Amino acid sequence: MSANFGLIVSRILEGLPTTVWATLGGIALTIVLSFAAGLGMLSRLAVVRWVSRFYVEIFRGTSEVVQLFWIFFALPLLVGFQLVPLFAGIVVLGLNHGAYGGEIVRGAVQSVPRAQHEGAIALNLSAANRMVRVILPQAVVEMIPPFNNLFIQLLKSSALLVFISAGEMTEISEQLRPTLGPDLVLVYTVVLVFYLLLAIVITVVMRQLERVGARRLGRVPRERRRVLSRGHAPDSAGGL
Amino acid sequence: MVRFDTVAKRFGDTVVLDNLTFDVAPGEFVTLIGPSGSGKTTILRLLMTLERVTDGAVYVAGQPLSHMRKGDNLVPASEKHLRAARKRIGMVFQQFNLFPNMNVLRNLTEAPVRTLGKSRAEAEERARELLDMVGLAEKAEAHPTQLSGGQQQRVAIARALAMDPKVLLLDEVTSALDPELVSGVLRLLEELVRTTDITFLCVTHEMQFARDVSDRVMVLDGGRIIEDGEPEKIFTEPDNERTREFLHAVLDRP
Repeated sequence: MSANFGLIVSRILEGLPTTVWATLGGIALTIVLSFAAGLGMLSRLAVVRWVSRFYVEIFRGTSEVVQLFWIFFALPLLVGFQLVPLFAGIVVLGLNHGAYGGEIVRGAVQSVPRAQHEGAIALNLSAANRMVRVILPQAVVEMIPPFNNLFIQLLKSSALLVFISAGEMTEISEQLRPTLGPDLVLVYTVVLVFYLLLAIVITVVMRQLERVGARRLGRVPRERRRVLSRGHAPDSAGGL
Repeated sequence: MVRFDTVAKRFGDTVVLDNLTFDVAPGEFVTLIGPSGSGKTTILRLLMTLERVTDGAVYVAGQPLSHMRKGDNLVPASEKHLRAARKRIGMVFQQFNLFPNMNVLRNLTEAPVRTLGKSRAEAEERARELLDMVGLAEKAEAHPTQLSGGQQQRVAIARALAMDPKVLLLDEVTSALDPELVSGVLRLLEELVRTTDITFLCVTHEMQFARDVSDRVMVLDGGRIIEDGEPEKIFTEPDNERTREFLHAVLDRP
């Protein structure tokens, strides 16, 4: 192992907080925009549907790097001031992943059985109450696994902040390149491992939420093996 | 209490209800029978405003349901009008449609709190009374999925009653139940019919039950009422040949 290992790890750790903040901020904005866009696409008002759809297509259909350049370099020409790099990064990560998340929310809301809507109508709940009290609490549980994917992608996209010098991990590794030439394998491996560890943290949290959500809907957590061998299991549920 | 005035319902080219006209008096228990696809369930779904009429109008307590008066004309109802109209009507579904994100008690209290403006304590008191009445007082904190089908359906009945409906629609409420659980639900309904002045419209395949509790039986076929009368008459000496065939088919099952 290289004598520089300690140095490399400590330098990369300097970039860790920025990566974590960019990811957390991006996730927070993603959640807000996902729900706004997802519910917007299901609105009864055509204008709202159209605006939501426009947002999703624009930010899903254009390059994230160019979006970043646009916010950080082009926007200042229009408004007269430049965003702090970390803030610009959070905005772009949120806008971009919120567009994908909008489809997750829309799909999950639509996957709640029609019978649940009808049960709520029969109890004369208002349209807003039907959504907030009955449909969304069930839909949210369905959203968790795809959001897990999306958040991990967002974490990895935070490396794009290297282009605007926000000071996150990937940028630090780039700074090490001129001086630590012979140790580059180690440098980039360490960075990858850090991303992996953060991704695992996200997955652990999301799996926990998934379990809590399933329990609240009264679903019994299934064993992994069962799911794969359904139909062959000797005592598979519901079989006659 | 309920009035269908030349109601037609079509899905594309399929005629589900064909210029249907009938009245149901307050407190009456009317059972709708007939072969599948004859339009029974559609009648209930129109009343619950889950579907809109293609033509004609439905009235509940004299008020047009899916339309509202504008001058001399009837125009399609707004959401506000629909919510006012739904106040009087409750429905129990074949598949119960309990909310899995709430426990039993919450299933019973959510709508009274949100739409009737009851306080949570008031709603819970009433909910516990109703759960006691349907024999499930000890299940108040349970999750719907922990209950048997029969218990879930009794919760669903209690949930509908928590809204104090004037008209209660029963859509094949025992069809999804295991045979041994059917009688408990039917006994509960019989008791409701005896002890309340709710108007019932009931779609069922339980012919004995229909015969015992109905004030009136309507036989539907192809979206029309082919026979309408007292249960004894319909079940013993029906006038219509199609009624006879249908009853033969369902009653002579081994």
